Amino acid sequence: MNIAVASGKGGTGKTTVATNVAAVSAARGQPTAYLDCDVEEPNGHLFLKPEIVRQEPVGLPIPVVDESRCNHCGRCGKICQYSAIVCIGQKVLVYPELCHACGGCMLVCPEDAISETDRPVGTLEIGHAGAIQFVHGLMNIGEAMSPPLIRAVRSNAPDVDLVVIDAPPGTSCPVIESVRGTDFVMLVTEPTPFGLHDLKLAVEMVHALDLPFGVVINRAGLGDDSTHRFCNEKNIKILAEIPDDRELAVAYSRGEMITEALPAYRALFEQLLASVLTEASAAAEQRIAQPNTISKP
Amino acid sequence: MKELVVISGKGGTGKTSIVASFAVLAQNAVLADCDVDAADLHLVLEPRIIQQSDFSGGSRARVRSADCTGCGQCVDVCRFDALGLSGPANGDAERTAQVDPIGCEGCGVCAHVCPVDAIDFKPAINGQWYLSETRCGAMVHARLGIAEENSGKLVTLVRSEASKLAKQRGLDLVVIDGSPGVGCPVIASITGSNVVLIVSEPTLSGWHDLRRVADLTHHFGIETLVAINKWDLNEDLAKQMEAQARERGLKVVGRVRYDVAVTHAQVARKSVVEHASNGAASDIRQLWDAVAGVLQSCD
Repeated sequence: MNIAVASGKGGTGKTTVATNVAAVSAARGQPTAYLDCDVEEPNGHLFLKPEIVRQEPVGLPIPVVDESRCNHCGRCGKICQYSAIVCIGQKVLVYPELCHACGGCMLVCPEDAISETDRPVGTLEIGHAGAIQFVHGLMNIGEAMSPPLIRAVRSNAPDVDLVVIDAPPGTSCPVIESVRGTDFVMLVTEPTPFGLHDLKLAVEMVHALDLPFGVVINRAGLGDDSTHRFCNEKNIKILAEIPDDRELAVAYSRGEMITEALPAYRALFEQLLASVLTEASAAAEQRIAQPNTISKP
Repeated sequence: MKELVVISGKGGTGKTSIVASFAVLAQNAVLADCDVDAADLHLVLEPRIIQQSDFSGGSRARVRSADCTGCGQCVDVCRFDALGLSGPANGDAERTAQVDPIGCEGCGVCAHVCPVDAIDFKPAINGQWYLSETRCGAMVHARLGIAEENSGKLVTLVRSEASKLAKQRGLDLVVIDGSPGVGCPVIASITGSNVVLIVSEPTLSGWHDLRRVADLTHHFGIETLVAINKWDLNEDLAKQMEAQARERGLKVVGRVRYDVAVTHAQVARKSVVEHASNGAASDIRQLWDAVAGVLQSCD
């Protein structure tokens, strides 16, 4: 089962929820993996402190033009939607950082003058933190596009009972790449106007992707009750509430796992895990009972 | 005209609360919310929208199922797994091709290879952008459609419209609220700007992400300032972060204490400096003075 942890707003506690849920799952003897798909700013390793056993570069194929074959017809530049390859007079210029690796230019070249080479975009690191299997990606600084690296992280997910996916903040392509095709999404929020506004965006996103989800309210007690009211009105399940406790914030600041530093909270994460598993199974059963008329490609 | 960009690496460190206060303190700066993915500045500044426009960041493919022969060539060439033979049957084919609009990267290769021209490839509307007035001056902001691409292009648009507006009105400052991370929208927010302020927090995550985002501003050669928000959450760490920032040639321009008034201000739809005068509000005023000093001295 793949469970994603997402939020619209950053800093609401995604990593806290993802790492601690993975920890209580592994502690129950369940084969568990943690994937950090926030490849721009991955933080899970600061808490899980994994031993990395494998590192590999991740590249994106970009075009290389063989000038001796090129007849400067300009078809490559015409199909490219990203201005990553342009033909000006007798010269073809490639802008690697704009290339989305669609392969269009290579496909249309009538002279077979275009081949591909890998441009490094980041590093994949695989290891384990105790019983938890660990995978994350680290995007190279200056690199703009994270989805290819996120795809690499997800395609290296171990075959275990529970895969917890820590997604980046926001609602656009990197988040979509992280949560697409998962079985259930936990949306972590805080009960403040910013938190609620961005939660609403995140709810629209999971609806657009047709994914079952529930909400975790972090720093409960802070702010106001409008997040609770929103969830009640929309019939959204609140899976857990993590109180606004300074001790939690201090443990977090030190990179400590809540389940270890503050064992009193272990039960909260155990209940959260149980609740997520129940909800996800119910959603899966419902899906089997009422399959979509149009299946996703 | 100068551009100040506030970013953080890690999300939730207090960028937007600080930008909202800067908007009040700067008096007559143009504001640009470049966190187009999850924009929040408007919740505090309550803009009155003067003009709304569509944003198109690229095109998108759509199969006309009536014309599709189900040959599957488009499915084979799509590198984004966005096509499948999952569309409805027609007279020719039992199964036709269908595009998953969420997976589609807008490359157009499918439309190019289709032997019967059954794929439309047309500009898509990916969001909206707005020109607004607020109690602190003009603001340019946007909303990227849900699950959309090209936030970098939208950020660039918001920034350039904000600069245009500042020039028209003879104002000399644009304050930009950036997004978390180090990827496409952040790069689009900072390239070519004058000064970047990184707002961090004294947590191992905050520190880790500060280093990465400072590497990014260094990569682009932009003058970079650092402020630690909620510094009293872990004072030892705050000190270490400040020392390391200085070693790396970053200017440490202030500290803001943890103060529940920051959340109270948000609930009251006010900036921190409008809501309170002591505590974090006074720290943010001092921070603004330091940032304004740097802005004045840079060319």
